[in-house]
Amino acid sequence: MVSIQNLHKKFNKNVVLSGVDLTINEGGIFAVLGPNGSGKTTLIKSILGMVIPNKGDISVLGENIKNNSKYRHKIDYLPQIANFPNNLKVKELIKMIKDLRGNTEADKHLIEVFTLEPFLDKKLGNLSGGTKQKVNIVLAFMFDSPLIILDEPTTGLDPISLIRLKELIQTEKANGKTIIITSHIMSFVEEVSDEIVFLLEGKIYFKGSISELKTKTNQPDFEHAIASILTNNHA
Amino acid sequence: MLKILKYSFYDLMRSRWSYVYLAFYLLLGIVLLFLNNDLSKAVITLMNVIIVLVPLIGTIFGVMYYYNSKEFTELLLAQPLKRSSIFLGQYLGVAISLSMSLILGLGIPFILYGLFKSSAIWDFSLLLITGAFLTFIFTALAFNIALSNENKIKGFGYAILLWLFLAIIYDGIFLMSLIIFEDYPLDKLSLVGTMLNPIDLSRTLILLKLDISALLGYTGAIFKKFFGTNYGLIISFIALAIWVILPIFRIVKKSRKKDF
Repeated sequence: MVSIQNLHKKFNKNVVLSGVDLTINEGGIFAVLGPNGSGKTTLIKSILGMVIPNKGDISVLGENIKNNSKYRHKIDYLPQIANFPNNLKVKELIKMIKDLRGNTEADKHLIEVFTLEPFLDKKLGNLSGGTKQKVNIVLAFMFDSPLIILDEPTTGLDPISLIRLKELIQTEKANGKTIIITSHIMSFVEEVSDEIVFLLEGKIYFKGSISELKTKTNQPDFEHAIASILTNNHA
Repeated sequence: MLKILKYSFYDLMRSRWSYVYLAFYLLLGIVLLFLNNDLSKAVITLMNVIIVLVPLIGTIFGVMYYYNSKEFTELLLAQPLKRSSIFLGQYLGVAISLSMSLILGLGIPFILYGLFKSSAIWDFSLLLITGAFLTFIFTALAFNIALSNENKIKGFGYAILLWLFLAIIYDGIFLMSLIIFEDYPLDKLSLVGTMLNPIDLSRTLILLKLDISALLGYTGAIFKKFFGTNYGLIISFIALAIWVILPIFRIVKKSRKKDF
């Protein structure tokens, strides 16, 4: 599905990724974890082509992404911070994205699920953080793409919306899609993900299932397993 | 690219600033006509305003739009769109809406005053064409500066400096060099020097078309010989076009390598 070879990226002198090799197979939910500044978002943005790597190759569904924009038709992306043009209405934004990517009917259902009808005629600048995130989720899930990338999807969501989001993720998984998630909420990650990738100082420190991680670190639960990686490396 | 252009254009059309800009030119046009009571005289006064103001507005608007639409840009970057079409679409959206404000804002009062029956129509069209060129040039330069500077304040600072340099400082240096090297033949040099600054180029072009070059003395005669002919006119427009194309080229190149 996604294959990354020897990926290097630095911003000025700040080395963020140094030699990441990663293969993500089709189907299932992958969580990319790591402490703040470990390069999770940079890795995701490299897959999307928003960050241009210094070195290395990335291919998505067999297509090399260098100087390519067509492959993004196959990716749905939920950005970390829901930044939208402030003077657009929610309705107009959805219409615009449809105009750019192709028509879809799935948005109606999603708007219902996240009870966004009352906000459709409001400007994005006047929405609360949580409501913006819901709009963000609608935009990300309304296209039927084989690869879904979610960067901190739980930010600002209320408990009901969080449950709806989890259901949505499970439905998409059942449809055979590949989902890449980053999150700091360990319980969320433990609940949804099939496989995790742990980034540390720009390299992949661990890749495998959660139970493998528990055995490797000798910890009974997931949260402590992650904490033990961090303390052992930064002590 | 056309879709992005459409959205940027709508976005700007809905913002208050386009109307403020349009209203300003409407007012300027009406006041000048009222005060001068003569079309060709109004054209000359207008030239002095346009030559300085259009680049300034183009620069500030370009930088402001780029930084303000950062969110929009990031949203677009995750869509299956080429980077060059995103940025060119936005650039053209700004440049076209600014040029439209200029042309409509000045055009309407002059047409109402009876432009079509006047001999000043060619001078006036030339004025609007160079105004549009200046808008395209300075918006493109502003986008270049904004693309190269993540920091808004720095970006604004450089943009204002660029305008100040081309609108005022360049002339000063140019004049000083003419005085220092007055013992040498300078007609070629001053021609080239004029070509290298789009503001100077536009000013010279309009001045000579307005046939007040007698005021410029000997240099005026040389300039008239060059700019006054069709040949000179074509060369000048080519130079202005190059001033548009080069910055656009750099927008495409720069945007391809940028991280978001």
